[in-house]
Amino acid sequence: MEEALLFEQGAPGRCGVDLPEPSRGENRLGGLERTGDIGLPGLSEPEVVRHFVRLSQKNYAIDAGLYPLGSCTMKHNPRLNEKMARLPGFADVHPLQPTSTVQGALAVMDEVARWLKVLTGLPAVALSPGAGAHGEMCGMMAIRAAIDARGESRKRILVPDSAHGTNPATAVLCGFTVDPVPSDSRGRIDLSALKAKLGPDVAAIMLTNPNTCGLFENEIREAAAAIHGVGGFFYCDGANFNAIVGKVRPGDLGIDAMHINLHKTFSTPHGGGGPGSGPVVLSAALAPFAPLPFVVHGRQGLQLVEAPNGEHGGQAFGRVKAFHGQMGMFVRALTYMLSHGSDGLRQVAEDSVLNANYILAALQDELSPAYPGPCMHEVLFDDRFLKDTGVTTLDFAKAMIDEGYHPMTVYFPLIVHGALLTEPTESESRSSLDQFIATLRALARRAKGGDAAHFVQAPRLAPRRRLDETRAARNPVLRWRPPSPAQAAE
Amino acid sequence: MSGLKYTQEHEWILRDGNVGVVGITDYAQGQLGDVVYVELPSAGTEIEAGGQAAIVESVKAASEVYSPVSGKVVAVNDDLADNPGLVNESAEGDGWFFRIELGDPSELDDLMDKAAYDAFIAGLK
Repeated sequence: MEEALLFEQGAPGRCGVDLPEPSRGENRLGGLERTGDIGLPGLSEPEVVRHFVRLSQKNYAIDAGLYPLGSCTMKHNPRLNEKMARLPGFADVHPLQPTSTVQGALAVMDEVARWLKVLTGLPAVALSPGAGAHGEMCGMMAIRAAIDARGESRKRILVPDSAHGTNPATAVLCGFTVDPVPSDSRGRIDLSALKAKLGPDVAAIMLTNPNTCGLFENEIREAAAAIHGVGGFFYCDGANFNAIVGKVRPGDLGIDAMHINLHKTFSTPHGGGGPGSGPVVLSAALAPFAPLPFVVHGRQGLQLVEAPNGEHGGQAFGRVKAFHGQMGMFVRALTYMLSHGSDGLRQVAEDSVLNANYILAALQDELSPAYPGPCMHEVLFDDRFLKDTGVTTLDFAKAMIDEGYHPMTVYFPLIVHGALLTEPTESESRSSLDQFIATLRALARRAKGGDAAHFVQAPRLAPRRRLDETRAARNPVLRWRPPSPAQAAE
Repeated sequence: MSGLKYTQEHEWILRDGNVGVVGITDYAQGQLGDVVYVELPSAGTEIEAGGQAAIVESVKAASEVYSPVSGKVVAVNDDLADNPGLVNESAEGDGWFFRIELGDPSELDDLMDKAAYDAFIAGLK
């Protein structure tokens, strides 16, 4: 059944709350007060509640089933995180309160920072970035500041062709130019091609590890040494840190800056449940340029450095966000860290890698792995198994919807033809994985058996059939418009 | 169309006197799928051979388009703003991207002809 918009459901005069009549006395709007109706729909509380519940039932969510989006890490959000974030001492504080009244909140920030520094082996962290790409920007601005402080004008950023699209975008936004580095036949960065591109104008490399093919960059230390050898910096896209947390310290690999998506590695809500949070850890060379604000241990307890003072922040490159960052996410992430402990976090990484390899092992004869050998936390197939079936990667993904699954990430990374990138995360049980595997096997056999029509028509069981993505992109309808009074009167 | 020269990045160029007309190949549009947006350089932009000249966005991906030769952009295909589907309908004709004043006509000699390009894409599967 089609769900009408609230604006289409409402009727004048209906109301869910009983508000006192506002006083019509003096105001200070200087004649700018609104004179017409504001056009809000009239609705009762049950109408509003049912509207959103019905919408949520049409949706697919991690709370409803396995959500295999590779590169996105849709892991379970523990309910304990939510309980902690709702404690009044965290939920009801205001960032402008005197620091003496929010020592507990500052202690959470300080403790999150400590965990991140320990887990990454890097000495400093900027907590304020509001998401992964924002963290990238923050890290690259720190690199820019460090280069400026040396009096240099390095311009070039090396970015592998398998990178997240945000990497080159960040580099350009920070005033750099992007020089792509090819991947080799193993799905990893081509080290000799990287070395050939190095020079005194190279500011940094931006490398993801494990990379977007779900593979560990096993020559990363040599890459780090090479980039440092020409005076450049090593930015690591930490989006996939969840695969190595507790196992590998990025600082030991020669990394100068890395953002950490709290919503991926540390289970804070993701997507519509956000907001995201993307703290950046920084090496000793970049630490002085970390943005404001940050928490320090002062004589009167924890203090927030909001402006450069004689002791702290003299070389800070500025701020990247109003206030201190996503406080609610810090509480959730710290809850996850403390409830798992260091051994538990290590097991998170191990289980996420084990689960992905379980899927790889179970499907490698039926689907076509993009690269030989084991993977890390996500498993990447290409579309060779669909060759001559008349079924594309997109059709295959749409057919998964009819089987009750959200599809995996498709057509990314771009360097793999018809890519299908699956990340089960550590949250899934073996029986859940077995069911998922059985579904994919059955679909693959069906495609190979010549039943292309089944795939081309999918999805049939979703609230919407196949969308016209082309028309949506070429002629987007970006807002609802009320019917004209004449139509409304009909 | 004869006389087109091709790059490994799937651009084509057609020489017209001292100017080259540049677009993406029919193979490229097929790989991209329905094109929904094309970002063109502004006239007067100086571009190096192999330098980024445009961006083509399809429902699947956004890709950079590189200039096969060096020179100065003298005109762009304004029709693509309203009708990016021209790239799908006529990649190597009405769906051209821009006209570039040739900085060094000898650069054209380094590019592939139709036969060589066809062999190149056959090797890509």
